[in-house]
Amino acid sequence: MTHAAVSPNWPARIALALAALVALTLAVALAVTVGEMAIPLPVALRALGNGLFGLDLPVGAIQQGVIFDYRLSRALMAALCGGALAISGAILQALLRNPLAEPYLLGVSAGASTGAVCVMILGFGGATLGLSGGAFLGSVAALALVALLAAGAGGSSDRVILAGVAGSQLFNAATATIVTTLASAEQARGVMFWLLGNFGGVRWPDLWVATPVALIGFLICMINAKALDAFAFGVDAAASLGIAVARVRLVLLATTALLTATMVAIVGTIGFVGLVIPHAARFLVGPGHARLLPACLVIGGIFMILADILSRILVPQQILPIGIVTALFGAPAFALILYRARRSS
Amino acid sequence: MTDAVTLAAHDVRWEADGRMIIDGVTLAAEPNRILGLIGPNGSGKSSLLRLLCRLRKVASGVVTLDGADIAGLPRRDLARRLAFVEQQATTDVHLTVCDVVRLGRTPHRSAFASWNAADEQAVEAALTRVGLAERHHQPWHTLSGGERQRVHIARALAQDPRELILDEPTNHLDIRHQLSILALIRRLGLTCIVALHDLNLASLFCDRIGVLHEGRLVACGAPAKVLTPELIRRVFEVEVRICEGTGGHRHVEYVVDHQQGDSR
Ligand SMILES: Nc1ncnc2c1ncn2[C@@H]1O[C@H](COP(=O)(O)OP(=O)(O)OP(=O)(O)O)[C@@H](O)[C@H]1O
Ligand SMILES: [Mg+2]
Repeated sequence: MTHAAVSPNWPARIALALAALVALTLAVALAVTVGEMAIPLPVALRALGNGLFGLDLPVGAIQQGVIFDYRLSRALMAALCGGALAISGAILQALLRNPLAEPYLLGVSAGASTGAVCVMILGFGGATLGLSGGAFLGSVAALALVALLAAGAGGSSDRVILAGVAGSQLFNAATATIVTTLASAEQARGVMFWLLGNFGGVRWPDLWVATPVALIGFLICMINAKALDAFAFGVDAAASLGIAVARVRLVLLATTALLTATMVAIVGTIGFVGLVIPHAARFLVGPGHARLLPACLVIGGIFMILADILSRILVPQQILPIGIVTALFGAPAFALILYRARRSS
Repeated sequence: MTDAVTLAAHDVRWEADGRMIIDGVTLAAEPNRILGLIGPNGSGKSSLLRLLCRLRKVASGVVTLDGADIAGLPRRDLARRLAFVEQQATTDVHLTVCDVVRLGRTPHRSAFASWNAADEQAVEAALTRVGLAERHHQPWHTLSGGERQRVHIARALAQDPRELILDEPTNHLDIRHQLSILALIRRLGLTCIVALHDLNLASLFCDRIGVLHEGRLVACGAPAKVLTPELIRRVFEVEVRICEGTGGHRHVEYVVDHQQGDSR
């Protein structure tokens, strides 16, 4: 019989972590070199050296700007966003015991769009709030409403899901009302574009916000990884295994919600990743969350970087909304995984 | 407080939807003995077991473990002492037999502790005890009902408890597996509280039997004392004859008048 190893297999773990890091670095390198303006790798490396380590290597000013301020920040943001969404999805699927749970389930994206529209079209907050600020406030408002609804309805998993659906519908309706009655055609197009997600506006300051949020969120989730495993047979089973169910649920729901709200505020709503990457990761590393969550972080990050590259080069002279690309390429890829999983089981 | 050893309920009440489901139950397990709980559907067996595991909060009264109110114990400490096998618990997560049994180690491991030899040994021992040592890697969803029940028991054993609470562990099992599960529970030698439906199995395997009727404990004691035609008529509304079975166990024989059909 071949049982799982008794001792933690540290060399294998470190090798895996290194492999993941290398894969992520390669994806970032690809994102930095590929684009409308073809920049050879040596130039890109020199630009990175200048930007990251304050060197003074010869690079054209425009190339330096494109590589460092535009493409690198964008690629890193894509990685963080993909990772954060995938982790949030995995956690919600485990907590709510529903394979269709995804990060936007709790009304985060609906609230964000309402908030964004309030800023864009109604001019709330003026320049101080900005689009991201408005979107974040909208997310928090929607979350609060959903949380109230869910708690009032008893707080069981299906009630949380229903409350999320109701809250999302309400905020989507509010967005639609504002857009259809008050927006010009130009504004409506802008809103549409924003809603589908876009890494175009990402600059370094966004990363100073997103990176700590993502890392702290990831850490909190990892601390609760074993507790998440215990939810497999429901909340009573988890409680009888010694899990403080109410506290773990509250902490994890709040963490995933804030992770998602932060990402939505910066880059808009990007579908598919949070729903499907967790399933793909489960096929690869199994259902245990101590492995699943890091796998989601890495796979989600790489997937999002690749999707962003495609969104920039697929249609010449134009940038496709990232949400379209993730679904367009993710869906067939996932179908393939499902098909292979069926054959192997 | 009396019954300072192991698990005891003192005048425990619980209500749901404004209805009293458990109405002033006082009972105590005896160390390393099996206490059976019988009663008709909806009499409150599962509810009482959930109160004993602190999966629900008592409305009044206390549940004590070694004399201390369990409401004051950290969940994790409780889970190291007391394991619970639910009436029907299943999952859509793709787990193997081994994954499920490993869950039993949850209360013994801190957040970042890695899997150690003691954990592995507890899992192996538990699987061996329920006779599934060869099934480590079988997926949960391919197991039969009886095998699932045994995996749940193995998971509970991996918790390394002193008290084991089981809610109808023989549900859905054929007679051979019913007998083997109950024989297994007897062999464990733990303090057990087990809800059962089959009066004869209760009589055969339990040291004492508690009878629940509409949320109240109407009798509690040795099977020979508790299982009387009068009590069974009152609680289950069926006619029975009690005979002396093998080994001095009471045997319950159901009296059915085939001419009249329904005896009521
Ligand atoms: N959360 C709840 N809300 C409302 N009623 C409940 C709740 N939980 C249990 N009940 C009711 O309490 C009564 C006792 O239920 P319980 O599940 O404890 O019965 P039981 O003795 O285990 O029955 P069975 O033999 O069918 O398993 C039932 O009438 C049930 O409808
Ligand atoms: Mg029951």
